[in-house]
Amino acid sequence: MTTSYRVMPGPEHFLPPSAASMGIRLPDPGQGHIHGSIVSEEEALEEAARQFLSAKVPTIFPGPLVLWAWNDKAAKKAKAIRHLYETIKECVDSSCQHAMLIPMPDYRPKYPKINPEIEINPNHPNLTIWHNKIDACMFVGVHCHQANLSLKIIRGGTNCYTIAMCAQAGHEDAMVSVRDATADKIIKLADWVKKLKGSVAPPAEYSA
Amino acid sequence: MSKERIKIAEELFDIMPVEYQDLVKRATYGNGQRGWKDIGNAKELIEEHSLCAGCPESMAFRYILASLPNPEDTVMVGSTGCTSLVFPHVAVHNIHSLFGNQNAVASGLKRALTVRFPDRHKDVVVLAGDGATVDIGLDMTLQAWFRQEKFTTICFDNELYANTGGQESGLMQKGFVAKMAPVGKTFEKVRLPEIARESGCHYVVNCTVSKPNLIEKVIKNAVHVAREIGPTYLQLYTPCILEIGKNSMEGLQEMRDSEKPTERFAYKEYVSEPAKELLAELAAKEKERKAEAKKQLAGQSA
Repeated sequence: MTTSYRVMPGPEHFLPPSAASMGIRLPDPGQGHIHGSIVSEEEALEEAARQFLSAKVPTIFPGPLVLWAWNDKAAKKAKAIRHLYETIKECVDSSCQHAMLIPMPDYRPKYPKINPEIEINPNHPNLTIWHNKIDACMFVGVHCHQANLSLKIIRGGTNCYTIAMCAQAGHEDAMVSVRDATADKIIKLADWVKKLKGSVAPPAEYSA
Repeated sequence: MSKERIKIAEELFDIMPVEYQDLVKRATYGNGQRGWKDIGNAKELIEEHSLCAGCPESMAFRYILASLPNPEDTVMVGSTGCTSLVFPHVAVHNIHSLFGNQNAVASGLKRALTVRFPDRHKDVVVLAGDGATVDIGLDMTLQAWFRQEKFTTICFDNELYANTGGQESGLMQKGFVAKMAPVGKTFEKVRLPEIARESGCHYVVNCTVSKPNLIEKVIKNAVHVAREIGPTYLQLYTPCILEIGKNSMEGLQEMRDSEKPTERFAYKEYVSEPAKELLAELAAKEKERKAEAKKQLAGQSA
């Protein structure tokens, strides 16, 4: 099935269609996608790095699969995520860019509401995006259903660029997605950020 | 889930909101002696709740969660009603069932857990309102007891459908007029504790939640008896202050008034013979543990 639909930053619609229903398909192993077009994994990682470097508030949202030390693999991924965050922080222009690392510790709807400064919740991820003026973000270690929910809400109501580093088959609803994520792949993304440092134009102004 | 797995990844510990850090550092998972006295000293397994100010149900939740003997290996099954507003804030595995299905869901769950974890105690505790337990779910409640399913059923009895505005329930007292039951109840409150006893429950208690130490005792007894012998049932009066025309501060007094000897929530307990034996055995072990601890303490100070 071919489609002219592209997964682009929003705000798209109050209830955006799921990208899958618009004909966007998931990448095969070794591939990724950019805006719904299948590319090689390296290309997807490079694009993710570019987006981090050109954003005013590049942010990583680690989910419960990496926030909790379920096993050695999860602990390794957590270490790689911290490394990626530190790398982004080092590589961006601190006068106009502000890197963030905000957890999604829970999927439960919280009452009366979450504190958007310190966490993100899949039932209203837009609150955290709006509050911190986040314009590029990456989900990692979030269970697929909750990631899809968040990605759709973000695409629907914000202009944030979304990246999904998925341990399973990837996410159509993200603008860039890589599949079969491992700690090594996260480190590879950090390497791309380092490699592209200085070659990507920083944002024109900083208003966060 | 084993408590050893409740561990935040070291590299990301600092970014976790403080309530999660507290759950790992200051909660009472794995503490065999946990009880209501931990409230205020240790991290509770309930976050801010979304119930009305002064709701006795919130007290009941706190006491129950503080008293579960094995929270890291307990699954709670809830149903429709005010309790379902609280479960999202509870740090114990829980399942929301369809209205009335809770005892059927718990039956399957308990059996599956027994097969999956033959060497470990996995406790299942149903917590539902009187509408779910006695009206809509009565079939499921009774069938689980007939089948001698090994889990605890707790009914938060507020004597009406509070969450939907005050309709008549089976546990409402005779003659009571509620906002959506203007004629008044025409028949007696269903005597579920007696029915539970006749249906095969091995430990049955009917009381209010005015006394935390009593709640701790009955929760622990009910869970232990359900684990080893068979079904147990607790009917706890948690009045809906809004629906009975009381103020936020009057919930506790309402419970105290309702537990007087001639009132409908006067303490009532039924314990089967096998359950009596088990509880006596547990009490003896506890006595022995305390004596040993005392001896060790004396040895240390000598």
